[in-house]
Amino acid sequence: MSQLKRYFLLISILLFGAIQTFAADAKQRFPKPEFDSGYMQPQTTAASPRMIFLEYLDVLILLVVLSVVTWFVLKKRSRKGVFWTSVFSLLYFGFYREGCICSIGSIQNVVLGIVDPTYAIPLTALLFFLLPLVFSLFFGRTFCAGACPLGAIQDIVVLRPIELPKWIQKVLGLIPYLYLGLAVLYVATKSEFIICRYDPFVGLFRFDAPYNMLILGILFLAVGVFVARPYCRFFCPYGVLLGWMSKFSSRHMTITPAACIQCKLCSNSCPFGAIDEPVAETGKRRSNVNRLMTYFVLLPLWIGIGGFAGSMMHVPLSRFNQTVYLAEQIVEHPEVKNDAKNIDVRTFMSSGKSTEQLVQEADAIRRQFYLGGWLLGGFMGLVIGTSLINLSTFRRRIDWEPNKTNCLSCARCMDYCPVKKE
Amino acid sequence: MSDKKEPKSIERRRFLRSGMQMALAVSLGGVAGVSLLKSTSKDLVWQLDPFKCVQCGRCADECVMTPSAVKCVHAYDLCGYCDLCGGYLKPDANARTTAAENQLCPTAAIKRQYIEEPYFEYVIDEDLCIGCAKCVAGCTSFGNGSLHLQVRHDLCKNCNDCSIARVCPADAFQRVPADTPYLIKGGFTKGGSSKDNLKKG
Repeated sequence: MSQLKRYFLLISILLFGAIQTFAADAKQRFPKPEFDSGYMQPQTTAASPRMIFLEYLDVLILLVVLSVVTWFVLKKRSRKGVFWTSVFSLLYFGFYREGCICSIGSIQNVVLGIVDPTYAIPLTALLFFLLPLVFSLFFGRTFCAGACPLGAIQDIVVLRPIELPKWIQKVLGLIPYLYLGLAVLYVATKSEFIICRYDPFVGLFRFDAPYNMLILGILFLAVGVFVARPYCRFFCPYGVLLGWMSKFSSRHMTITPAACIQCKLCSNSCPFGAIDEPVAETGKRRSNVNRLMTYFVLLPLWIGIGGFAGSMMHVPLSRFNQTVYLAEQIVEHPEVKNDAKNIDVRTFMSSGKSTEQLVQEADAIRRQFYLGGWLLGGFMGLVIGTSLINLSTFRRRIDWEPNKTNCLSCARCMDYCPVKKE
Repeated sequence: MSDKKEPKSIERRRFLRSGMQMALAVSLGGVAGVSLLKSTSKDLVWQLDPFKCVQCGRCADECVMTPSAVKCVHAYDLCGYCDLCGGYLKPDANARTTAAENQLCPTAAIKRQYIEEPYFEYVIDEDLCIGCAKCVAGCTSFGNGSLHLQVRHDLCKNCNDCSIARVCPADAFQRVPADTPYLIKGGFTKGGSSKDNLKKG
């Protein structure tokens, strides 16, 4: 009896399959009628996307804005000029272009272009990634000062800036490295673009966003009244790359147009804590050198510890990948297979893929996360180790100087400098 | 520190700085070069493959736009112009009329119009459509599948990471070149299967 049942089931499945293929490939279930009444069939509408030359126009505008703001910072030394350029960027790249395309997110396109053989990066995205970095390599982070809409919207609300303790700034300053590493990890495993997903201001630019993202954006602006540009300083992953470029830039802006007269007027002008005070050597030189050597020796240890910790984290990290999450759900809670409301499971069940296949795929992705965890952790270890070395490296400074890594070239300090150009 | 040493240390600093600058420039150039090998001068836009779509309804909820930039489109060549339309009428509709209680569409975005006995035309009002795919499910299950979803590029913001693509259970979303931005079903009556047509773009 049961055999008969199974036979019947098999037949009906085969029949059903045959009907399906028949319907999909050969002929319609209900052929289109021949009309006698002279009926005119409407056209299926298909509105075109934005024209390609407009995308290249965006690149051109970015180039012009970068040039203008660099000119304002380095030649005109005008805070007003920088401010109004940033307002333009906010209006154009922010409210008009609604936050997409942006240089911060373009990191992910570049990484995806390198790791994914099926993805060809649009030239416009590549240029949005490269142009600010090239400018930064020569002139410092002028992109942050006037071309970034996310920076601009925060810069406008800097009304009552307070100075955070140095150690808090240092610790929070590590977050962007982690964010950058995570973003690269999630793109390299083809999981998602976290920088875009957690962009706090894109919702404000569009006047439309999920509730929690809108709250996050407003929160960032509210905090930004006191802690100047919090996203730029403590989250922005692109800022890490810009900082690296800017640190070795050849023509970074200076606070004073001529020789510093040590008047200290600029010392409180920077809301970002990016002005380095003059320092004299402290402590014994011998002990300083010893400390530095210890930190250098400890560096591989930091990398090792970081890598190990990162690799330990690979299971929770990989859960953000949809395939891994689905496989985990099905393996750990087999009862979800019968849950008609679980769309992902339902779709998977009807896709004809076996659970083994899915688990294999998920395992492969998880192995990528294991390797990625080592790399990400090692990178963070390197970052922490290097910042310790930087902290203990003595560097004599006579004048008040902008910290080239952290300085956003906003030109506020210039207004405070009484020295006139000779 | 004596005065003689000062210029030397500054010189060393400058040398290190310009050396690092060169190194960074070279690595930037490297990234640019590797990317350029595979870059495209076209722009990419998001589109969904109607043959992969499982009509889960997430397009209506997950899009950053309210209402969604995904709308139902009608491939008229595929339509059977049925009176008993699986995309228009609720399965338990008590009459084949335009009365609200019979309509499957939650926003009444499908306009049904009599043409000739026994055929009816169905037109989507895209201003009302929210992309919920209820009609698509009905049409695909009981009809020809002429109703299907597409990303409308006059509405789509072309987010770098499409928030629907991220959660699409069928992986139906893909990046397509902006000069062939639609994957509209069609071509049955003009010969050849629509899947071939799709590949030809």
